[in-house]
Amino acid sequence: MNDLKKLILQKKFNEKIFILISILFLSFALLTLILLLTDIFIDGFPVLSLKFLLSYPSRKPEEAGILSPLVGSLYVMAVMIIFIVPVGIGAAIYLEEFAPKNFLTNLIEINIANLAGVPSIIYGLLGLEIFVRFFKLGRSILAGSLTLSLLVLPIVIMATRESIRLVPSSIREASLALGATKWQTIKNQVLPLAMPGILTGIILAVSRAIGETAPLITIGALTYIAFLPSTPLSPFTVLPIQIFNWVSRPQKAFHHNAAGAIIVLLFLTFMLNLTSIILRNYYRKKYKL
Amino acid sequence: MNFKRKKFEEKLIKRIFFLFAFLSVITTFGIIFILIFETISFFKEVSIIRFFTEREWTPLFAIKKFGIWPLLSGTFLTSFIALLIAFPMGIFISILISEYLHPKLKGIIKPLLEILAGIPTVVYGYFALLYVTPLLKKIIPQISGFNSLSPGIVLGIMIIPTIASMSEDAFSLVPMSLREASYALGASKLETSLKVILPAASSGVISSVILGFSRAIGETMIVTIAAGQRPILTLNPLVPIETITAYIVQVSLGDTPAGSLEYRTIFAVGMVLFVITLIFNILSHNLRMKFIKSFRI
Repeated sequence: MNDLKKLILQKKFNEKIFILISILFLSFALLTLILLLTDIFIDGFPVLSLKFLLSYPSRKPEEAGILSPLVGSLYVMAVMIIFIVPVGIGAAIYLEEFAPKNFLTNLIEINIANLAGVPSIIYGLLGLEIFVRFFKLGRSILAGSLTLSLLVLPIVIMATRESIRLVPSSIREASLALGATKWQTIKNQVLPLAMPGILTGIILAVSRAIGETAPLITIGALTYIAFLPSTPLSPFTVLPIQIFNWVSRPQKAFHHNAAGAIIVLLFLTFMLNLTSIILRNYYRKKYKL
Repeated sequence: MNFKRKKFEEKLIKRIFFLFAFLSVITTFGIIFILIFETISFFKEVSIIRFFTEREWTPLFAIKKFGIWPLLSGTFLTSFIALLIAFPMGIFISILISEYLHPKLKGIIKPLLEILAGIPTVVYGYFALLYVTPLLKKIIPQISGFNSLSPGIVLGIMIIPTIASMSEDAFSLVPMSLREASYALGASKLETSLKVILPAASSGVISSVILGFSRAIGETMIVTIAAGQRPILTLNPLVPIETITAYIVQVSLGDTPAGSLEYRTIFAVGMVLFVITLIFNILSHNLRMKFIKSFRI
């Protein structure tokens, strides 16, 4: 009897130790997140000002700002959205609604899954050869946007497929029964209902792309630009590259500039995520899914 | 008439959308074609034997050596340190989330962890170089300003969500009946988790670890910023090294003329990186499929 009690106590003790270690590990991960955010906030907050947002990068850290990389980032994202919205949604519609079950469809599906695992810097090598050299777009916004488009397309396609699949088939059948064609059904019934999921996917793709650095460095985006891009064929720089540039310098003042730019970048990323959540809730209420 | 037009429109849209979907296949072939094409022209100038037998990597110097090993050792050293951090933590956290946490708390903790995965890697690079390295210097005074330990640790923290979230998914696929059977035999929750659920989900868990490792191998900015740019064949985590990805960035930032031998080196090492990550990704995918199949009866 005593032995059994001991055994149970031992088991309970082990359980507690295990939970303690797990919570310790979890707190370590979450604490790192908090540490990272506070460290950057302490370093970067003092440099944040309207002047910091509206000045060009400079050799003097106290005069430097993030105007050209900020505009560059927004410009690259805008051009990228023009590509990924039709292509991503179109590809997803094909795979969900039109694709026959055959070898080719299978190949496409395996491909999309595999592409999601290719390191982003490899996309940089692809963009360098195809867009910069073969299509002679140069180190331009267009080349950068196209490279990032290929990188994030799998995210858009997978999110869109997921939300198209959630649309009940009774709605499709009702529409077809009323004499609508397949495309009319998709355009007027399926897509509006799938919109929240699609938008979430697009916003997630943008929030991933806006932080990408390596592929844009690889295609040759510049690290120092003191003018604003005028056309999609202009040279450009983006926020992450400016941050990388400032981090790599020895002077402490530039590190603080980097932290300031990081706050802006993180703000944009979090705002995008917040938008996706709000949009999803809005549509959920509207369509009562 | 109207009917015919509609049918034409229908066909056209289907064709266009097919092309959009097919773009993924073109992208893959594009990547493979470019890497192979440039790698072959690289190996026409530098023999493949030198690539795999020389012990130094100095393509940008006057005396050029083309041994891939220093870059490989740097890549695997940082990724291995990352795995040492993320493997135990990821699995403990996933068991905690899936078996112990209240569903409501789970709904808060999981998205919080996902934030870790969503932070741009250049931000992690800043954190590794300007926070973690100085911190480590207080503990290990002989550590260099650039080293593989600090980016390795930060990489590890970055991939914790990948491992934790995928492992948690694997645990949730383990049928309830297994848990109930274990409890019925008098096992505690911990014993059930470690001796029944973990082994049952093992291929799913291993698949998540392999995927996390593959992410660490392909990651660029953290190692470029914090690990240095000195390709040395070493397993010492305290000295500067260079990874494959950091080397590609280094060359891209320089003014290497397109078509030169130096320019081709980034495609040759890119090919090596692509093949390694592809192998790990396929391995991870197959294990996961095997796992999902084993419980789908």
